[in-house]
Amino acid sequence: MNKGEILIIDDEPQIRKLLKIVLESNDYKVVQAVDGMEGLHLAANHSPELIILDLGLPDRNGHEILKDLRNWFEKSIIILSVLDSEEDIVKALDNGATDYLTKPFRTGELLARIRSSMRLNQNIELQQTICADDLEIDLTSRNVYKDKEMVKLTSTEYNLLVLLAKNQGRVLTHQYLLKSIWGPGAQTETQYLRVFIAQLRKKLEKDPNKPQHFITESGVGYRFL
Amino acid sequence: MELVKKLENNQSLQYIIGLGCIFLVSLICYLFINIIGYHVVALILLLAVSVLAMFLETFPIVIIAIASALIWNFLFIQPRSTLSITTPEDALLFLMYFVVAVMNGVFTSRIRKAEAVARQRKEKEKTLQLYNTMLNSLSHELKTPISTIIGAVDTLKMNSGKISEDNKTELYSEIELAGNRLYRQVNNLLSMSRLESNFFRLQLDWYDIKEIVNTVIVNNPKESHKINLLSSEDLPLFKIDGPLIEQVIHNIVHNALEYTPAGSEINISVNFEAGSLVIQICDNGRGFPEDKLEQVFEKFYRLPDTATGGTGLGLSIARGFTNAHNGTITLENLSSGGAKFTISIPAEVTTLNMMQDE
Repeated sequence: MNKGEILIIDDEPQIRKLLKIVLESNDYKVVQAVDGMEGLHLAANHSPELIILDLGLPDRNGHEILKDLRNWFEKSIIILSVLDSEEDIVKALDNGATDYLTKPFRTGELLARIRSSMRLNQNIELQQTICADDLEIDLTSRNVYKDKEMVKLTSTEYNLLVLLAKNQGRVLTHQYLLKSIWGPGAQTETQYLRVFIAQLRKKLEKDPNKPQHFITESGVGYRFL
Repeated sequence: MELVKKLENNQSLQYIIGLGCIFLVSLICYLFINIIGYHVVALILLLAVSVLAMFLETFPIVIIAIASALIWNFLFIQPRSTLSITTPEDALLFLMYFVVAVMNGVFTSRIRKAEAVARQRKEKEKTLQLYNTMLNSLSHELKTPISTIIGAVDTLKMNSGKISEDNKTELYSEIELAGNRLYRQVNNLLSMSRLESNFFRLQLDWYDIKEIVNTVIVNNPKESHKINLLSSEDLPLFKIDGPLIEQVIHNIVHNALEYTPAGSEINISVNFEAGSLVIQICDNGRGFPEDKLEQVFEKFYRLPDTATGGTGLGLSIARGFTNAHNGTITLENLSSGGAKFTISIPAEVTTLNMMQDE
């Protein structure tokens, strides 16, 4: 059973080999590119379901390749890079990367990210409910249930929850969340986000101190699982 | 001390201060000339030159010695207010004063120079020794996990038929452990060089400190130990560099997990006191040797007789990141046993009124 084609753009043969083995043994089809230009060509010719992109490429800066790809490539792009500064991560996500994973990575984590990124390719706008373990969000009635019991949320809490949940598994940057919920003027007002995430955790997590749904990505943003 | 430092690189300042001292001493002596006599004045001036020689360079001190001889002649040797000398005794005295003053000055200043060179050499040796210790510890700490990985893979490749499943699983987890250890150490080294580079700057933003501590707790699961967060319900948000503070807490917690016996408990408390974020991390292990409480923060320092597996960088990185916030980090032993780290960081705070939403 083929789960779709994945394009790997990475100049390190060892990483390409490792990814190929991991992905093929999980029923993905793999295409490989050794630099940015080849990557752009292959992306155009093969139209893969997902691209795994390294940022440190020999010919061109990975951030630029990402921008080029995003001009026309609408499916998921996962960044897999040794660059682990919050700045690089936020920049890549703001440039349209679906997700970001730093090297060294655990293959289990990579596969999980690939799965949730591919799920995002499907049209979620048609969905009426979003489920995550003990949580259920009814998008038509705007009701939220925890263990089948309704939880009362304020409208901002609800909007934040739905934005995160619609991007389940994917990290959303602080700036993106702030802009989407509070408007373009609020992009630096991280304090709002901290407070509302704390509120959501208090209402929806089993143990707000050990969150299972609202995951912190230090210095980058939040991920809903 | 400040003045001595200033003197070091400024010859004209040396002349001004040196000559000023000689004039002042001469003036005082001149007032009491009738009581003490001009022979004693010579000794007093010699003393002044010797004292000055301890601080001034060779050339200025020779000039000052000559000046003091001339002043002595001019002001004190009969006939006064002239440079002429009438008796052979005075001529001999003047000559001897001149020679002793100059020699005194030259030798003192030479000895000082030799001492400085010796001190520099000693410091160089100490740096070299530190460098060697660092290199030894580093190469050991990096090569051990690499050997483990290569060795384990070789074994798995060559004797795959003969190794029991249990042993195979064990080799795999050894490879995993070694990889994690390498990763941690490389990260520590990178943090250290980042800290020491001139490009280091804080990225301040509003952070929920409890969220940070909880992330550290979740990232450090260890069955044999328990980590608790103790804090009051309503803490404000702090303006800090969150990932760095997370690293500070992580390093201390990681240390506690490594070096306290199984069954130990680690308590992290966070508070807002007098404009500062105060984080205390206590364990109920064996504590630190009382005379090493400060040394453990030094780069590459490791307590003697501790198990291998660290580079001695964790705590110095913690201190570096804390200092970057203008904060302090201290270590003390608890009377009940165990260690207590206190991190105090001056920070802006904010509290949001939740009612503004609806």
